[in-house]
Amino acid sequence: MRISCCSLFLVIALAAAQGAQAAEITVAAASDLTFALTDIAHGFERKTGNQVRLAFGSSGNFFSQIENGAAFDVFFSADVEYPRKLAASGLAIASTLWVYGSGRIVLWAPVGSPLDLGKMGMSALLDPSVRRIAIANPAHAPYGRAAKAALESFKLYDQVRGKLVLGENISQTAQFVASGNAQIGILALSLARAPTLKGKGTYWEIPSDSYPPLEQAAIIPGAARDKALARAFLDYVRTPEAQAVLRQYGFHPPEEQ
Amino acid sequence: MNWQALALSIKLAVIVSGALLVIGMPIAYWIAYSRWRWKFLVESVVALPMVLPPTVLGFYLLVGMGPRSPVGRLWLRVFGHTLSFTFEGLVLASLIYSLPFAVQPFAAAFRSVDRQLMNASATLGVSRLRTFARVIVPLSYAGIVTGLVLSFAHTLGEFGVVLMVGGNIPGVTRTVSIDIYDQVQSLNYAVANQTALLLLAVSFVTLSVVYAVNRKVWVL
Repeated sequence: MRISCCSLFLVIALAAAQGAQAAEITVAAASDLTFALTDIAHGFERKTGNQVRLAFGSSGNFFSQIENGAAFDVFFSADVEYPRKLAASGLAIASTLWVYGSGRIVLWAPVGSPLDLGKMGMSALLDPSVRRIAIANPAHAPYGRAAKAALESFKLYDQVRGKLVLGENISQTAQFVASGNAQIGILALSLARAPTLKGKGTYWEIPSDSYPPLEQAAIIPGAARDKALARAFLDYVRTPEAQAVLRQYGFHPPEEQ
Repeated sequence: MNWQALALSIKLAVIVSGALLVIGMPIAYWIAYSRWRWKFLVESVVALPMVLPPTVLGFYLLVGMGPRSPVGRLWLRVFGHTLSFTFEGLVLASLIYSLPFAVQPFAAAFRSVDRQLMNASATLGVSRLRTFARVIVPLSYAGIVTGLVLSFAHTLGEFGVVLMVGGNIPGVTRTVSIDIYDQVQSLNYAVANQTALLLLAVSFVTLSVVYAVNRKVWVL
């Protein structure tokens, strides 16, 4: 009895010691990275044995949180402006700012939709079967700004204005269309290619010259708890292995623009 | 400040609390006086929106109003559009969401009415409906005002459900709480602060009315 008690204690002690060795970082990332970054984080965990905790949400929300002292180790923003502002105000390490890619937007319609996006392109938005068009809120969501810019450059904005419904972020916008409540939406290419939406609809890539580039950037906030591991993670995202994942979800490195 | 959003929220809250007065009173009457042994199940259903996260209600409403659910399909066939992203959709969502805030104070007030007065009314040959109108309601006015005011305030402050099924359309579904959220997201802290302060003041006044009425500060 005594021996088994002792060995149990030993096992617990060993487990605790091991737990202490594996380090952990918390990463805040824009919701368009939900799938790509989850894959990449798994790769990093397999390779190094360290843990990556991922929090996905709107870039603007994370910006406010970091401004107010949230201790994220890395911040991936769908808009380069947020990390730039953090760097400028000294709340993030300016030298770590890295533009990792640019996002693309697509027209997306659910399976069973009468719209032939490939043939119709942007004119699908004017089809009489379209009663609601979901875009992200242009007031604060980068993908919403891009969607609005694209609508304006196709001279469609004033015509479709009354049909727009605004998602709080790009994932919620996807929900609106995927649930059938909106007939068409302007989504991130990365979401259109994600496993959860892949078989559920068709998409058409909106020409990237019709909206300003959606430059996405990562930075390490000054309040990061484990800066060394945060740097190691960013280095890993730069490896060809991780870059291939980003490309697979439609994020193209800036030099390919 | 976004007056359009504020006006929309007030319109929504007035419609919803008014409708809940009409819908809530019979439900509360039944809950207060029924002796059915399974009554507790109905009471639980009425109270559910108080404990459920708005995301649960919002999720089911989004799917339920959508064209893939039987209800959504039926609505689409009759009215030519789905309920999601419409003001009527928000009214329906708020009716469900604020139901317990009306029904529970109503029922509590009805229950505290002296049974002997009701019996006396019955022995005088007065119908149940007239007894309700002439005896129960006047004696329950504090509870009725409480339910009315609480459901008004709760609808005014509703956020999660509106965010999930509203679609943020100016003048249609962009309520004041959504507007505050958007202002914070866009880093317009000054504007957000103005609207938030106003809502804070309105909420405080509303609750003060409830407590004052219940303490019988003013004799009506």
